[in-house]
Amino acid sequence: MSERVAPTRTAEFEARLQKRYAAERRFRAIGLGAILFSVAVLLFLLATMTFNGIGGFQRVEMDVPIDFTEAGIAADPTAMAQPDAINTLQAQGLAEVVSFFASKQLGDEAAAELGGDAYRDVAAAIIADPSILREQVTFSLPVSADLASGYSGEGSPQMQALAKKLYEEGKISKNFDVGFLSRSDATNPQQVGIWGALKGSILTMAVTLLLAFPIGVLAALYLEEYAPKNRWTDLIEVSINNLAAVPSIIFGLLGVAVFLWMFPSYRSAPLIGGMTLALMTMPVIVISGRNAIKAVPPSIRDGALAVGASPVQVVFHHVLPLALPGILTGTIIGMARALGETAPLLMIGMRAFVATPPDGFTSPATVLPVQIFLWSDEIDRGFVERTSAAIIVLLLFLLVMNGLAIYLRNKFEKKW
Amino acid sequence: MVTVVHENLEVTAAKMSARDVSVFYGEKKAIDEVSIDIPTEYVTAFIGPSGCGKSTFLRTLNRMNDTIPSARVEGEITLDGDDIYRSKMDVVQLRARVGMVFQKPNPFPKSIYENIAYGPKIHGLAEGKDELDAIVEKSLTRAGLWNEVKDRLQDSGTALSGGQQQRLCIARAIAVDPEVILMDEPCSALDPIATAKIEELIAELNGSYAIVIVTHSMQQAARVSQRTAFFHLGKMVEYGRTSDIFTTPLEQRTQDYITGRYG
Repeated sequence: MSERVAPTRTAEFEARLQKRYAAERRFRAIGLGAILFSVAVLLFLLATMTFNGIGGFQRVEMDVPIDFTEAGIAADPTAMAQPDAINTLQAQGLAEVVSFFASKQLGDEAAAELGGDAYRDVAAAIIADPSILREQVTFSLPVSADLASGYSGEGSPQMQALAKKLYEEGKISKNFDVGFLSRSDATNPQQVGIWGALKGSILTMAVTLLLAFPIGVLAALYLEEYAPKNRWTDLIEVSINNLAAVPSIIFGLLGVAVFLWMFPSYRSAPLIGGMTLALMTMPVIVISGRNAIKAVPPSIRDGALAVGASPVQVVFHHVLPLALPGILTGTIIGMARALGETAPLLMIGMRAFVATPPDGFTSPATVLPVQIFLWSDEIDRGFVERTSAAIIVLLLFLLVMNGLAIYLRNKFEKKW
Repeated sequence: MVTVVHENLEVTAAKMSARDVSVFYGEKKAIDEVSIDIPTEYVTAFIGPSGCGKSTFLRTLNRMNDTIPSARVEGEITLDGDDIYRSKMDVVQLRARVGMVFQKPNPFPKSIYENIAYGPKIHGLAEGKDELDAIVEKSLTRAGLWNEVKDRLQDSGTALSGGQQQRLCIARAIAVDPEVILMDEPCSALDPIATAKIEELIAELNGSYAIVIVTHSMQQAARVSQRTAFFHLGKMVEYGRTSDIFTTPLEQRTQDYITGRYG
């Protein structure tokens, strides 16, 4: 009679055990590899973007001292308050004044390569503070696009040589361009700014949030808490799920067909853009909202009903506060997608060249991703760096928006 | 078959009474023609094997079954003579008069104070902060929880132990000063010490409120109740004094259940 050997103490069992451990080690290694790969790709992306984009926040400038006492420019305070004040100044020969002083200080050769609309910077300074017309002021003005590419070692050999010469004479230099964050689109990459698109994005997102969030949350609450479960609500549920998967350009077509038909004069306005993006964001909020509401334990509803809360009190005192973190998560995802959306906005005309920041929800505007798309399409080499800079601004905006939403979500998060 | 009702019962005024009540879930009949009177003087226990319908019947007494779309109730249930299923019955008011404590403690994820104050607040039972404070203190005291939590009323109700949470739920129910308290297996998730405290509490509340308790534990029914109804397969088989049900049941099925033959 041999002694009984327990099946878990045989050599075969131990071999199987080793194989199980090996499988676990393999799985962990693969998972770790996936994470490391993602992190590496992300770091590469951020590094190249930062490297390319830094130049976009700078521009090549020449210092031009202007003695306004000799210029004979008049700035009537009422005229300066008008939106076309810049034209009033130009009509008085401001552009000529600027190039005269540039020639005087830097020579004709350099003055010829002063940016064509450099006078706009001067005009903006006068509009902001007309009292400088009694003084002598030195401006850092952008050079022409050709000279700027020459400065970067690109473009024609003559320009490269001229840029080198002027640089050695200390007449031009590449400086941080504060104005990039306060100007709008322009034809000269030296003269462009991101503020117009940024403001357009902020206004558009505000419309999207104000429409999509309340409608989405109320729809989710109604469907989860009140709607009877029948064929109609099933149909609505399927439709909402499908809507979340519709390609965004279709929403653009819808925006053209419905919203622009309703408000034909608001073409390329943040109002229409926001409404179109709200259509796209709403299904995401409804779906995530319903899941969050479903996750609230029924025992909490029972507890509230049993002390005599009415159904609407149950919803607003108990269900909604507990579901809010989940709803906010869905809203972040939906809004982030809307912020990066280009195609539907192209359809409703937000691709127009808009040189002034929008002054309201109904004035023509563009948004950050569309601005990036437009600049990336430009032939002028100077736009390459500007495009990268705009991407950085878009990502920072996204980061701020998501950070705010995550802060709110954590604030409302409760355990049960 | 009709319910066997013991004949030696004292005549008491019925706080709630059910007449030929049947409950359907869709086509399925979960409760079959149950009739019972619930007095204020005694604690009434519902016992029976799992799935016999005792919880379903309990939930018809404050219309908590309304939340289940397929549920349908036939027959008549009255509270002080008023039919609670009549079309003009105000369900919110009914539930304020007939409170409920659930199987699993379900405090709101709010502070202990808010848990108790919620009911009085939504019904406007307190004028001003002082009155509300008084209701909170009184309710917690009656539930035997005041001394344990008086220094941390702002802590979350969910941070308490299971037994404390259940007493918090009882305090929450009595804070709106109901006339009837329904308890659906209130101790099944608790340890013996917490169970003993809840049972003491039920004994103390007896007389002030009409109390109905559903329980799986026959010992518990024997300890806390004076009237017992035995449910089986959706029917109320036998109803009588608790002592009689456990010592001299008239029905064979009751006999089998209490001696542990099934259940």
